Amino acid sequence: MSRPRLIKESSEASAPLERELLVRIHDLMVKTRVLEERLIQMYKQGHGYFWIGGPGEEAFNVSLGLLMKKGQGPDFDYLHAHYRQSGTLLALGEEPIGSLRQMKNTATDPYSGGRNFAGHYSARKYNVAPVSSPIEVQYAIAPGTAMVQKRHGGDGITIVTGGDAGTAEGDFASCLVWSSRPVNPLPILIIVTNNKWGISTAAEGQHGEQRISDRGKAFGIRSKTINGNDVVEAYTELREAMAYVRTERKPFLLEANVSRLYGHSSASGANYASNEVDCLTDFEAKLEKDGVLTREQMDALRNNYTEEMAAAARLVRDEPQPDPESIWKHIYAEDK
Amino acid sequence: MANMAQAIRMALHYAEEHLGVTDIFGEDVGAPLGGVFTCTQGLKTTWNSPLDERGIIGAAMGIAMAGGRPVAEIQFCDYVYNTIDLLKLAGNTCWSTFGDWNLPMVVRTPVGSGIRGSIYHSHSFDATMTHIAGWKVVMPSTPLDAYGLLITACQEKNPVMFLEPKALLRVKGEERIPGEPDDDRALSKLIDAPLGDRSQWKPQWPAGLEAYAVPFGKGKIVREGTQLTVVSYGRTLPLCAKAAETLAADGISAEVIDLRSLWPYDWELIKASVQKTGRVLFVNEDTEVTNFGEHLVRRTVEELFYSLLAPPRLLAGKFLPGIGLADALEMASVPQLGDITTAIRSLAGEQP
Repeated sequence: MSRPRLIKESSEASAPLERELLVRIHDLMVKTRVLEERLIQMYKQGHGYFWIGGPGEEAFNVSLGLLMKKGQGPDFDYLHAHYRQSGTLLALGEEPIGSLRQMKNTATDPYSGGRNFAGHYSARKYNVAPVSSPIEVQYAIAPGTAMVQKRHGGDGITIVTGGDAGTAEGDFASCLVWSSRPVNPLPILIIVTNNKWGISTAAEGQHGEQRISDRGKAFGIRSKTINGNDVVEAYTELREAMAYVRTERKPFLLEANVSRLYGHSSASGANYASNEVDCLTDFEAKLEKDGVLTREQMDALRNNYTEEMAAAARLVRDEPQPDPESIWKHIYAEDK
Repeated sequence: MANMAQAIRMALHYAEEHLGVTDIFGEDVGAPLGGVFTCTQGLKTTWNSPLDERGIIGAAMGIAMAGGRPVAEIQFCDYVYNTIDLLKLAGNTCWSTFGDWNLPMVVRTPVGSGIRGSIYHSHSFDATMTHIAGWKVVMPSTPLDAYGLLITACQEKNPVMFLEPKALLRVKGEERIPGEPDDDRALSKLIDAPLGDRSQWKPQWPAGLEAYAVPFGKGKIVREGTQLTVVSYGRTLPLCAKAAETLAADGISAEVIDLRSLWPYDWELIKASVQKTGRVLFVNEDTEVTNFGEHLVRRTVEELFYSLLAPPRLLAGKFLPGIGLADALEMASVPQLGDITTAIRSLAGEQP
């Protein structure tokens, strides 16, 4: 009897979000944006070797983190993330200073002990699988966690995210194939955040399908393309897709159109792209128009986070670099 | 005695019953075939995967992340090459996350020549695999060691690559696996799937199987000798033992070591033997350029130089793009009994 329930949820999808939720999303979006801008600044000041992140994806990524069933083990949601998801991690409850530590590759870096780039999170306590630089490998891995969850029972799901350019890799096709086999359809939300770029190559030079979500159709996977820059649309569509996967135990392919506000990475300069839609600017205009928050309140919030992040960056600057001998730690699980 | 394929099957049965193995999978691994080499017939957690090696390795990683204990199979190691970056990722997951995640997963794959498998069923994988840090890599040469190494693999917290020398999969062992019946035909009746319709067939597993484990990082001396040391593993190991036996009649005393575990490996065993004999020949069948045996030669030179009476030697596969189908081509491409006998004889007699 899950179909009628889904139709009901579908009608809820268009319902406005509670004020409290809008304020919470806004808070996390600002926090994420300020964090990313601080990381870029750290890079430009020489306090880090490389920046990559997700300014422009906050509306979608924060919503995703808030909607995840947070915890460890197959009863909870697994996230096979990519490297633009600080918003999701902050929404899950991570402190931004951890990201600064990874940027500065300090010994205190909670995600990799100074070994990996910014935005390369790992948080087993929240089922966040390690982010790795090769794009799209997560699409080959995600069916594995979903398979365990399917067998385990409960309502935990697997979520995998990646970019549009990377869908050219075979791992994306692997994910569609493995998730939709009639003998064992999987509870997996397959997400593509489409920013229409692969580093410097525009979408037209990458792939020809009208919508990436159309690729799900051939596999009988329920699919949708949404405006990931719109908070209400991103949140409600994610909520609906997750409810479908959670209850039906079947895959869903969600393509979210998003912006890339500071280019691919520090390698392309990390300068603000004023020709892209800024989800935060748009959301703030809406919040102000609807009387949810005033301009002054929003400015104050941003100033607070800016100061908080600056203080955290000063703290991180003086923290020790990893001990050279630490290279031998954790090659194997027994090497503590 | 069981052959290696049967030994693997019995170890996997023990592991799914007692060691928490949850998924034994790969191409044609499940019913009705039970693996192209029959290694997974009759097991209860087997399933057939799509024909997608990257999907197989990826799924194993995901299953391990979510608390399962997968044993994945790549049907022939020749087809593992499109998964190299996933193998690298599996090997660096614990290290990259500073110990946050570890992957208890086993990958089994048949390797090497010996079945006239032509260009894509004859490859070796030990040279490439020992370049990928974060894995443990083993390769048995007897059914008993296959059983014992697989039991250890299924208790590991880390990724394990279990290389199966395909030329030896059908060779019966000389040592009894604890719990296996004394009579081969009785064993076959119990656990080999019948030809034809298998839909009603169920194996009867020997009752006394146990957690007989061969530890990783421990080689074994399969023949004692005093004049030179031969270190090998997999298909070439029994050939080395045979050559040593033949040459004993000519008064050449060769000590033969089965390395069994390539990473970590038993350097202490090699070292003690080479310090005794002063001569060492490393034998394997992977291509000889940047071969694992070259690492062993380098270490021998650096650490045991003053114990040596002759240069350490490596006998390995020719550095060719493939192994040709014709009998003469395969025989000329990878070490055979005659090549090994010649190499041992030559090393034994080498004088400055």
